[in-house]
Amino acid sequence: MKKEILVLEELLGSNKKIASEIRNKLEEKGILTINFLSSPGTGKTTLLERIAENLNPDYKMGVIEGDIETERDAERIRAKGIPAWQIITGGACHLEAKMVAKIFSEIPVDLDFLFIENVGNLVCPASYDLGERIRCVLLSTPEGDDKPKKYPKAFTTSDCLIITKVDLAPLLPFNLEYAQKEALEINPKLKIFLTSALKGSGINELIEYFLSTLRQLRQKNA
Amino acid sequence: MHELSIAANLFEIIEEKARENKSKKIVSVKLKVGALSGVVPEFLETAFDIYKKETIADSARLEIEKVPLKIKCQNCHTEMVKDDFVFICSKCGSKKLETLSGTELLLEKIEMEV
Repeated sequence: MKKEILVLEELLGSNKKIASEIRNKLEEKGILTINFLSSPGTGKTTLLERIAENLNPDYKMGVIEGDIETERDAERIRAKGIPAWQIITGGACHLEAKMVAKIFSEIPVDLDFLFIENVGNLVCPASYDLGERIRCVLLSTPEGDDKPKKYPKAFTTSDCLIITKVDLAPLLPFNLEYAQKEALEINPKLKIFLTSALKGSGINELIEYFLSTLRQLRQKNA
Repeated sequence: MHELSIAANLFEIIEEKARENKSKKIVSVKLKVGALSGVVPEFLETAFDIYKKETIADSARLEIEKVPLKIKCQNCHTEMVKDDFVFICSKCGSKKLETLSGTELLLEKIEMEV
């Protein structure tokens, strides 16, 4: 006999559940979690190095690094005196909440900011909530100003767009206004920051955004 | 290309539902895949065919309903399908919009032999 079962379950429901648990635990401790996603080479690690240099030393940050292979990015972050945990996915193109959950016990409770640098990929990481409060998508000027609508999910699920390598824009056919307009059309709520890790521009404005979100989080906890 | 990982999640749910209903054979599986779900239906079909071998679903049929992005304007209350993913009301230009469908990645129903 045949029987039809109505299920109506989200296929990524188990990831969402783990991500919510991670978010709740981190936020109870007053830790703001930020997920960086972008294609490879946009400068995620370099931006994190600049944030580590510019962040007021009263605040503590830690970084989870996601890569297909090697411990290189975590080593770069540790060289700045920042605790870093490398997740090597061994081929997988994105991080999942269960990977973050595995190293959760190693994360010190006195952190203010936990950054997660996702595997370099503008497609798959967008489908996986990792327990972050803020999701940032990075777009570098050499990639081209037409990317938001070509890779919509990364932009529609993000809170913040960080355009990197803006110092190169005058040398490239990259129109900063056009890129921002395209991104805002598919996600009007995006906060946009223009940064250059090389020149140091835009980094403090970005840090101020993270700090104000941290203050809001702690006010809510209080 | 995270469709294999999603197929793994799908099979966890299928096997759980089969156990609950004491079924040894899955006949068909129906999914709803939104245009903004981040998933390519064709890749998911391939991933399903790889996964189903030597499982209780090895002869199961996969049906995927593609769901377009549908939004409702909070200003003029018009509902519209947005194939270009532009979150601006086509009628009044408002950016205050509610997403009605198109982001889902849902296992809707399973047909099984009991």
